[in-house]
Amino acid sequence: MRKKGYFGQFGGQFVPELLMPALYELEEGFNTIGQSPEFKDELTDLLHNYAGRPTPLYFAKRLTEKTGGAKIVLKREDLNHTGSHKLNNCLGQVLLAHKMGKKNIIAETGAGQHGVATATVCALMGLNCQVYMGVEDIKRQQLNVLRMRLLGAEVTPVTSGTQTLKDATSEAMRAWISTVKHTQYVLGSVVGPHPFPLMVREFQSIIGREVREQITRFGLDEPDVIVACVGGGSNAIGIFFPFFHSNAELVGVEAGGYSERIGDNAASINYGKVGVFHGEKSYFLQDENGQIIPAHSVAAGLDYPGVGPEHAYYAESGRASYVTVTDAEAIAAFKLLSHTEGIIPALESAHAVAHAVKIAADMQKEKMVLINLSGRGDKDSQSLQTEEGRA
Amino acid sequence: MNRLEKHLREVKLRDEKAAIFFITAGDPSLKETFNIMLHLAENGADCIELGMPFSDPIADGPVIQRSTLRALKQNVRLEDILKLVQQFRKKSPAPVVVMGYYNPIIRYGVDRFIQDCVSSGIDGLIIADLPYEEGEDIEKICKENNTSLIYLLAPDIDPKRTRAIVRASSGFIYCVAHYSTTGTHKQNDDKVLPQTIKSLQDMTDLSVALGFGISSLEKAKELSRLADGIIIGSWLIQELESATDKAECAANFVNNVKAAINNHRGKLFSVKREC
Repeated sequence: MRKKGYFGQFGGQFVPELLMPALYELEEGFNTIGQSPEFKDELTDLLHNYAGRPTPLYFAKRLTEKTGGAKIVLKREDLNHTGSHKLNNCLGQVLLAHKMGKKNIIAETGAGQHGVATATVCALMGLNCQVYMGVEDIKRQQLNVLRMRLLGAEVTPVTSGTQTLKDATSEAMRAWISTVKHTQYVLGSVVGPHPFPLMVREFQSIIGREVREQITRFGLDEPDVIVACVGGGSNAIGIFFPFFHSNAELVGVEAGGYSERIGDNAASINYGKVGVFHGEKSYFLQDENGQIIPAHSVAAGLDYPGVGPEHAYYAESGRASYVTVTDAEAIAAFKLLSHTEGIIPALESAHAVAHAVKIAADMQKEKMVLINLSGRGDKDSQSLQTEEGRA
Repeated sequence: MNRLEKHLREVKLRDEKAAIFFITAGDPSLKETFNIMLHLAENGADCIELGMPFSDPIADGPVIQRSTLRALKQNVRLEDILKLVQQFRKKSPAPVVVMGYYNPIIRYGVDRFIQDCVSSGIDGLIIADLPYEEGEDIEKICKENNTSLIYLLAPDIDPKRTRAIVRASSGFIYCVAHYSTTGTHKQNDDKVLPQTIKSLQDMTDLSVALGFGISSLEKAKELSRLADGIIIGSWLIQELESATDKAECAANFVNNVKAAINNHRGKLFSVKREC
């Protein structure tokens, strides 16, 4: 058996031959250096004293009252340093690259959160950082572009294709092919070829592991339902995986965009088909000829036409369910959480809030719905204004 | 041994170097591609590598990306490419392989695609995002259908893995001159590359062809000396982009390359003409 890195029928390593040596090297590094006690201690120290973990588990009392059903609890990844869960993964991957002797880091970014997190850790460790970002995303995420440049990263505008996350990822892969010996590609989600989905899951699982400890405060071992937004799906895997062997219902929320029509949304599990793209076998938005269709979401971080292979596997096996929330519903939830709790969520996370509120209303008061609040929404205030102007 | 392997073996036995040319099917139109293919064959192309356009060609540099985009604007589908080669086969026996990305083939159906390749007269396929590790199933289907599955190989990789890839390969060995996307001009390693090719030639009777970044007659000469043949893509496409008579441009291009690498034109494929 030559195949590696599968979750059921999904995953694998579908990349140009020129990347294979780099994937082998990375896998080797992750399995040796990445599993050593020294590495783990250093990472834990950074997570606590640099990122500010653990992030709080917060009972949203006013939102619960307003919804009038199950208790709604928020895992506050928005309070993580740099403003989202993305830093957890970057601390792990960039520390690993540093220990493997790589001097240059490249990354792709959509909303800019992964780019900012990568630039942050590169600054911390004195590494060169180049971030590929679609021109369309550069326009709608100006604040994060500014932050990356302040952190010393070079932001490379991507003008090919749809000029969003899909093309930024393609361009980062092309750049990696040409620089593979001295450069490490830090991928921002549980997507791409093995070992990325596995590695990113390990670094993001800190979210769910913390929840397991924190939830005992409510006299529980697990919530009844866990809700997280899914683009590539890193924050969702981070909170789902530690609860895989539990009774908690796992719900991933995909971006429903304007409509169910292909091209109007970013819901790969709901509206896509099985295929191979960007190194993995999974669900992808595509036409009948197998050409990848550009995704749409009001949330730049969900604007990707594929999903991580482990989610595809959870969906197929029924361990988790995947639903959609439209742009309009996400925007309404964005405002709702801001008004009732004084927490401005990222538009990505607002998708999870929207669905959680929907289901909590029909659940008994003793039940608990946990939302992974994956990021904060400062970055979205401007694009939301534009969106409102259009409406 | 299929038509492709047979032909490349003949070239090698004549002590000549093979020249393989890449063009994208449907750039700028299927009709033009057909004409270009005929002229490539007629003027001595040893194999035509026909690109199947994909929305996100991650292994390709800017020139082939542009070419792909032009073809996609014509809505070129795998069905059209199969038909194109069918038409070509009525006129020419020159070997043809198709090169593309995995997803459109999956959508079409892997089994069905390979069977349809055979019945259309396609001799082999190259899948840019299918490394040896993932190729087991498709290798089997190709073998059953006497169709070549050509893997890419990079210099300076683990010798054990190189051997495994060579064993799994058929048609020819596609060795990449340096780590880059297609069409990138980069200095190749003077020591590593000749060693890699020598060790590949010791491992297999298949021809070893070198590709990526060949953009001048000097480079073509230099690299063809190292291997059994060369593969040219981006450079040809760039020449075709600006040519008004694309078929004539293709003909001249092949002639010049063949003359440069063999000091003469080699064997030409005769093309059946109606009138």
